Amino acid sequence: MSPMPTPTEIGAYVDAAANLIALPIAPPHRPGVIQFMGVVLSAAALVMEFPLPDEVESAPVFDPGSSRP
Amino acid sequence: MSALDYAAADGVGLVAAIRDGRASAREITEAALAQIGKRGPAVNAFTTVLPAQARADADRVDAARAAGRDPGSLAGLPFAVKDLFDIAGVTTLAGSKINAERPPAARDAAAVAALRRAGAVLVGALNMDEYAYGFTTENSHYGPTRNPHDPTRVAGGSSGGSGAAVGAGLVPLTLGSDTNGSVRVPAALCGAFGLKPTYGRVSRVGTALFAGSFDHVGAIGRSVRDVTAAFDVIQGPDREDPACSTRPAEPCLPVLGQGIDGLRIAVLDGHFARGGEPEAFAAVAAVAAALGVSRRATIPEAHRARAAAMVITACEGALAHLPDLRTRPGDFDPLTRDRFLAGALVPGVVYQQAQRFRAWYRARVAELFREVDVLLAPTTPCPAPRIGQEKMVLDGVEVLTRPNLGVYTQPLSFIGLPVLSVPVGRVGSLPLGVQIIGPPFREAHVLRVGALLEAKGVAAAAVTP
Repeated sequence: MSPMPTPTEIGAYVDAAANLIALPIAPPHRPGVIQFMGVVLSAAALVMEFPLPDEVESAPVFDPGSSRP
Repeated sequence: MSALDYAAADGVGLVAAIRDGRASAREITEAALAQIGKRGPAVNAFTTVLPAQARADADRVDAARAAGRDPGSLAGLPFAVKDLFDIAGVTTLAGSKINAERPPAARDAAAVAALRRAGAVLVGALNMDEYAYGFTTENSHYGPTRNPHDPTRVAGGSSGGSGAAVGAGLVPLTLGSDTNGSVRVPAALCGAFGLKPTYGRVSRVGTALFAGSFDHVGAIGRSVRDVTAAFDVIQGPDREDPACSTRPAEPCLPVLGQGIDGLRIAVLDGHFARGGEPEAFAAVAAVAAALGVSRRATIPEAHRARAAAMVITACEGALAHLPDLRTRPGDFDPLTRDRFLAGALVPGVVYQQAQRFRAWYRARVAELFREVDVLLAPTTPCPAPRIGQEKMVLDGVEVLTRPNLGVYTQPLSFIGLPVLSVPVGRVGSLPLGVQIIGPPFREAHVLRVGALLEAKGVAAAAVTP
């Protein structure tokens, strides 16, 4: 597992990713977004480092017969 | 019936008084409105009070009884709902400023309609964290909801108004929603019983979703029979909710008095036995002692389940509000905005792996439930923190206050297990809760255990009227 990114690296990711999905991050909001992104990335690391058997599928079931939007 | 009697009774007790003719529904409703007027402003539990509608509903109950018709199983029971349940004719705020611009709801949410059909009297809507993203109900738009037992402390969240309304004796029953702990945390911190049923057991139609993978409708009440009576009315299939189970309703009120014979009960260790204050574990020990339980059990990777729940919640919550995040981020509550913005940027592979982990974890817990029927764990790691408290010390480690209130609830709602939080320990005047956890669709198990604890006097609602 690679070491956790620094706040500067997270900031660069936040700027690039937000730009790609056309989500403006106002300067006053940016530090808080970077801080929480760090929290989510720590959680993400716990999720991604855990080996799962190939056959494990996520639980949501798509019902091709449903007419619900 | 005097206001004092009203504040002392549970909801089912009030219904019995109405059905027996010892009180009218109108008298009970007036007592509820008087208590809301007296204590409501101090706790800031309500965002909307509906006196005219409540009086009209109460009068219908009294008229039905006078005409010899059945006024319903919840006749005259005053209740209120978290302000993310639609109420016909009222704009659903979901704790936000943005949604205040929306038109009034056209119809009641399914759970609200079911309770009203059973004769319960809706008196208003309750404060919450904006869009349900929080554990403290420190709402920047509508003010913090205050803990009824200490107004300098939080009520918990996100259904904080729902917990405080019960703990302050405003109403004996409320509805809330629980995505990561949002029924159980405020129930515990306000000294009430909080039932989060199995995922898909209660229709969410007419509620503002937060993270659909985990959103549950639940009840907070004065007694086990209060939350059970409400659950029996609102549970069951609903084709309009894609997450709602097709499994027929299984009423629990008839089995409440069965005791715990035949139930294999264990205390959760590992994740659920560390990272909290000693009084949280003492509350679990008191419950275990009262039940004669010495067995221990482990849910593997519970800390990772909490992490996966956080990832999925961040992604689903952000997507729900993406248009507003793009165009008017300044109108969000500062306590939720940055988290919603960050959630929109989480890579898709992480979300999908968290969902795959969820399936793996569900299988591990199912294996555990082949050996035990009920599990016990703390609801929160500590009693209610102070309003505005950014950090707290748990088990000698300084941590952020707000996310850590859900440390023991998130790994359970993550896979939709039914949980009853019972109010037990009290530190000074501050309540604590213990989670009674069952296998999917076994609400009866956890309610039977809760009823026994209540009968023994180990679990009891704390009300500061």
